Amino acid sequence: MKVTAQPSADTLTLLLDGELDASSAIVLDTELAKPDILNYRKVLIDCAKLSYISSAGLGVFISHLQRFQDANVKLVFFNMQEKVFNVFEILGLDALMTIVPSLTEAEAA
Amino acid sequence: MKSALRIACSRANLQQVRDFVRNYLNARQLSEKAVNQVVLAVDEVVANFIIHANGEDETQFLDLKLDFDDHDLNVEIADNGDTIFQPGPHKDPDMRAYIQEGRKGGMGMTLVTRLMDRVEFFTRGNHTVCHLSKHLA
Repeated sequence: MKVTAQPSADTLTLLLDGELDASSAIVLDTELAKPDILNYRKVLIDCAKLSYISSAGLGVFISHLQRFQDANVKLVFFNMQEKVFNVFEILGLDALMTIVPSLTEAEAA
Repeated sequence: MKSALRIACSRANLQQVRDFVRNYLNARQLSEKAVNQVVLAVDEVVANFIIHANGEDETQFLDLKLDFDDHDLNVEIADNGDTIFQPGPHKDPDMRAYIQEGRKGGMGMTLVTRLMDRVEFFTRGNHTVCHLSKHLA
């Protein structure tokens, strides 16, 4: 699992590459736990190269979402593969998180 | 066609488990989503055995067996450790509450029961065994 951070003015984009499981979730957790992430208005998660997610990966996002909301930081997922979106759907997380098809929609969200 | 794999109880071996299941299922004409659902269910049970039943003790190991009975996939995951591990009654998690509480865990077995047709944990001697099955047309 590789996480690449691309900061811009008020937006941080995180590109996820690989499989997010109980072994690799710590890499993403470390990135999302950084205090200065709350200085951004938006955190965009580019899921184009995220080929797998388990409950441990979902747990990382769930554990930080309220902290982001409390700080008025919007968390937006985009470019998600269908099989990965399906995992969010099975738990009903697609209704509780912002998941959009493309970068354009993520920037507008 | 049967297939088997033995792994040490390290979460670093989860990738190997997923590749094993994917390779086995890729011989069949199944959708990517269907394959991913089975891979996920097996990964969740194996992760539970590694982390919660064996405390990531790499001297312990798990045996996985995959077998098709016509279109029914049967998975056996046998823990060779002596801790009896049987998840409690399944509850539907309140995901809104999980988000408010910032919870990291507690969703794995929910996923497994929603993804597979049948999920059973039982003991064989001093060991715990999990059987999963799913009809894959």
